[in-house]
Amino acid sequence: MSKDNAVTVKNVFKNYGETEALRDLSLDFPRGELTSLLGPSGCGKTTLLKIIAGLLPATSGEVIVNGQIVKEPGPDRAFVFQDFALLPWASVIRNVAFGLELRGVAKSERESIAAKYIGDVGLKGFENSFPHELSGGMRQRVGLARALSVDAQVLLMDEPFSAVDEQTRRKFQEDLLNLVKNENKTFIFVTHSIEEAVYVSDQIALLLPRPSRVSEIIRPTSFKNKDVDSIRRDSEYLDIVDRIWKSLRTYVE
Amino acid sequence: MKHRSLFLKIMSALIIFGAWEIGGRSGISFAFPPFSESMTAFWTLTIDGTMFKAYAETLKPLVVGIVISGILGISLGIWIGLSDKFDWLVSPIFIVMQAAPLAALIPLLIMAYGIGLTSKVFVVCIMAMPVIVLNTSAAVKNTPTNIKEMAKAFQGKDLDVILKIILPASSPIIFAGLRLGVSAGFIGAILAELKITPTGVGDIISYSRSIADYPSMYAAIFSIILLAVLFLNILEKMENFLIKGNNQGYVSE
Repeated sequence: MSKDNAVTVKNVFKNYGETEALRDLSLDFPRGELTSLLGPSGCGKTTLLKIIAGLLPATSGEVIVNGQIVKEPGPDRAFVFQDFALLPWASVIRNVAFGLELRGVAKSERESIAAKYIGDVGLKGFENSFPHELSGGMRQRVGLARALSVDAQVLLMDEPFSAVDEQTRRKFQEDLLNLVKNENKTFIFVTHSIEEAVYVSDQIALLLPRPSRVSEIIRPTSFKNKDVDSIRRDSEYLDIVDRIWKSLRTYVE
Repeated sequence: MKHRSLFLKIMSALIIFGAWEIGGRSGISFAFPPFSESMTAFWTLTIDGTMFKAYAETLKPLVVGIVISGILGISLGIWIGLSDKFDWLVSPIFIVMQAAPLAALIPLLIMAYGIGLTSKVFVVCIMAMPVIVLNTSAAVKNTPTNIKEMAKAFQGKDLDVILKIILPASSPIIFAGLRLGVSAGFIGAILAELKITPTGVGDIISYSRSIADYPSMYAAIFSIILLAVLFLNILEKMENFLIKGNNQGYVSE
């Protein structure tokens, strides 16, 4: 695995008026890996993700994606939203193709790309359904297919599985591991679930709140090449979960 | 179910017309003819072409006024919805306009614009525009932020956000405003003919009243209601056609 970084965050500060949301935050995201941003609520995980996406300006500091300083959303990044953010009036295929539609890709071309990713996320046959006809898990698959179809190198995921039920969530986590393995993309994954972060990540950035900073970076090693089924029984997995909880518990009311 | 709703609609019409007939026959007042007499007068007026000639006059300020109110009203509403500054500048005008006693303002309009078509169009616009503007601006303001942010994250330009997110998301409420505006416009058109110069249907009403031909007067009033209902139905059909699938509600809310 190459050691270069797809995304670098350098000394980022973010203030909302008087409130300091991020203070002097620096973090590297190695290419082709999944890094999760983990921390208690209010620690600025989503703020950081939106700054990387170019949806929010940083008060100072910079974010570099593939050598370019981020000023606005770009074709190198795609976003998966916590609340799916699907267009309720558009069919699944139009929703999936919407990122491409905004980039001005011709209809036939974008729909054939979208159809491929709809198949990849397991929604074949639902192309002409509407979001309200789908379950929460299926809606997020639409959101994921939309992000994949623009073929961005960096995938930004904002608590993507928090609005789906527990069983669907486990399936999603396994699928995500396969996705990281098979697609040569860099994933930045925001979550507040310790188990989820340890399960899916190559690197975990532990953020602590008020003001937000990176307190620790953890890189699990032993279970990374194991089968998805045995990860949760791995002793390193359990140790890391334990260790993270010990550092977080004082921050949880 | 379909049959039942039709049956109930017919029942409701029968009850009202029946009550009208009974009320008219029981001799409440000389000025309140029964339904059957009014319908006979309606038939006579239609056969001899009086009704058509009248509507050729009445529809002029009505159609011009509604087209102006629709185009200008929706555009202003969108602008107000998008810009807070413009909202503060312009919204109060329409709120005042909506609350203003129009009949009292008509002499002022006559002084400024005479007794011709211009004044009548003004009356229609004053009636129709506020509700269209206020509905449109409220709908635009309430567009869910998550899908606007999604469009930006996928590099949507401001125009894309307006055309592909804000407009489709607000169209059900814009259409509701348009329907209310059209009914208000009908009231305005008749008011103008009664208060400014008696032409068209307003002329039939005031003339029949002056010669105590009450059946004709009620026939004219009935025709207005009929036309308004017809017009609103057409608008609803248009709405269903234009924004098919847009009444699906919002996913994730």
